[in-house]
Amino acid sequence: MGAKVPPRRRRSAFTKKDRLVLFGLVGIPTALCIALVVIPAILTILLSFTFWDGIGGLKTIHWAGFQNYRQIFTLYEAFPKALRNNALWLVFFALIPTPAGIILAYFVDKKLKGTNFYQTAFYLPMVLSLAVTGIVWDYIFRTNGLVNSLLGNTSAESAISWFGDPHKNIWVVLGIASWRHVGYIMMLYLAGMKAVDPALHEAAAIDGATDWYTFRRVIFPSLSAVNVIIVVVTVIDSLRAFDLVYIINRGRNGLELLGVLVYENIFGESSRIGWGAALATMLFLLSIIPIMIYLYQTFKKDK
Amino acid sequence: MVTGKKTVVGHAVTSAILSILGLLWLLPILWTLLQSLRPYGEVLRYGSFSWPKVLNFHNYYVALVQSEMWRYFLNSVEVTVPAVILTLFLASMVAFVVSRYSFKFNIPLLMLFTAANLLPPQLVFIPLYRMYLAIPVPSFINDNGVLYDTQLGLILIHVAFQMGFATFVLSNYMKTIPKEISESAVVDGATVWVHYSKVMLPLLRPALASLGVLLTTWIYNDFFWSVALLKTGNKRPITAALSNLQGEFFKDYNLLAAGAALAFIPTLIVFFVLRRQFVAGLTLGSTKG
Repeated sequence: MGAKVPPRRRRSAFTKKDRLVLFGLVGIPTALCIALVVIPAILTILLSFTFWDGIGGLKTIHWAGFQNYRQIFTLYEAFPKALRNNALWLVFFALIPTPAGIILAYFVDKKLKGTNFYQTAFYLPMVLSLAVTGIVWDYIFRTNGLVNSLLGNTSAESAISWFGDPHKNIWVVLGIASWRHVGYIMMLYLAGMKAVDPALHEAAAIDGATDWYTFRRVIFPSLSAVNVIIVVVTVIDSLRAFDLVYIINRGRNGLELLGVLVYENIFGESSRIGWGAALATMLFLLSIIPIMIYLYQTFKKDK
Repeated sequence: MVTGKKTVVGHAVTSAILSILGLLWLLPILWTLLQSLRPYGEVLRYGSFSWPKVLNFHNYYVALVQSEMWRYFLNSVEVTVPAVILTLFLASMVAFVVSRYSFKFNIPLLMLFTAANLLPPQLVFIPLYRMYLAIPVPSFINDNGVLYDTQLGLILIHVAFQMGFATFVLSNYMKTIPKEISESAVVDGATVWVHYSKVMLPLLRPALASLGVLLTTWIYNDFFWSVALLKTGNKRPITAALSNLQGEFFKDYNLLAAGAALAFIPTLIVFFVLRRQFVAGLTLGSTKG
């Protein structure tokens, strides 16, 4: 942090009004953040150790210990499916769209003919909401949609139900989610590559290295900060996934995800706040690791 | 590097492959737009994969006027505009303090905001929902007299969540502004408020513009919070309203295509007009960190 007024002179320069203004500048946003995010988050963790139907008043909350967790692990049929799907989401994202985005960034960075066109095309899915994305892709994968038409499955019997078949739908959804993720990764990477010292390129070229070799051995390792962000973004997006499956079939029948189960336990037919809170807490425990990595990476040089 | 024949051919092949990929990437959007221009009756008869005979804007007319999509779009504007302005304003305040003064709480504060931004929304909304049901508001805001099911409540949670990212980006940006500007302001006897509002805020304009574009897209596109915090269908912003309309349009997919297009066309326009700001906003947070 470069810009600082020396503390000693500053302290004496503060008037009473200045101190009040400073307090307001920091206090108002902090209060809002604590009231609407931090306190509810802590309360959710506490609620995960209680029984509550959410309908009765606060007096109907009873202490449950680890009962909710035990029940979810042993009785809740959708839970293992959701856990598996979230894990699959993460592995799939790490193996396919993330490397694809990095490789695309490498090619797009060459600024060949048509770069404006295809760069825009890859970015475009990012500005669509996930809800709209679900609807847009429905026209492609519906039983009478584009894919079935191209495959010649025009009759109702031969048409493949891409969203309805629990063995196929998660893969279709992962493909759709990747369609958005690739552009994001590519954008982050392109920005990172612009910041690389041109001398690195030149030195590698003089040594006779090919472009691709330079990218793999020189550019990629020098972008460790961007790489950390990409890992964090990928993990957090995989855990947060909600909108897309919710708009497709409310996250049922093969599309179970932790984020949707939380929602279903609170707003669904049987309101079980304890289960919802326990699931949300697990989601939190899974995402706290990438959050900590991110915070450490970002703020270590400031300390 | 020597640019031989091989490289030239290689470049041509690469750019051809990338262009085809780009077309493929656009296909779902273009396909939806095509469907939105076709009458449902024709598609029902010949299938969606048939050469269109009639193309017109009838579906858009029905979606906008009969299904009152314009109302949902206005709802989106009413939520998005105040939420973005408030987020930028509050975030710039915190960013100003942590980047211009050396208080002990600076880094813990930035960490708090950043962490809050990264938390899964599901972790927050059970107690938040109950809090919103318990917080009283005047009846001109909500007939039921509580914060739940109001656009104000939706705005507040957007601000609370997005502030983290905005603060982080703005404080990074502010660190690149020379400290001499601040020093001379202090020497000239500027109060903290003048230092913030008259000296620093105008210098933040490019970063505020980039962030503004990005936050507008994110908040406009929100689905989770709108569905969770607004019960009344006709209060919902356009993105969330689409899921209601899915049921209504169940029989008429071409009308739904027009509805979806009406929801995403504004974001496409923002993207095409302000692409530079959009990209800058997203990458400001990642490269300077």
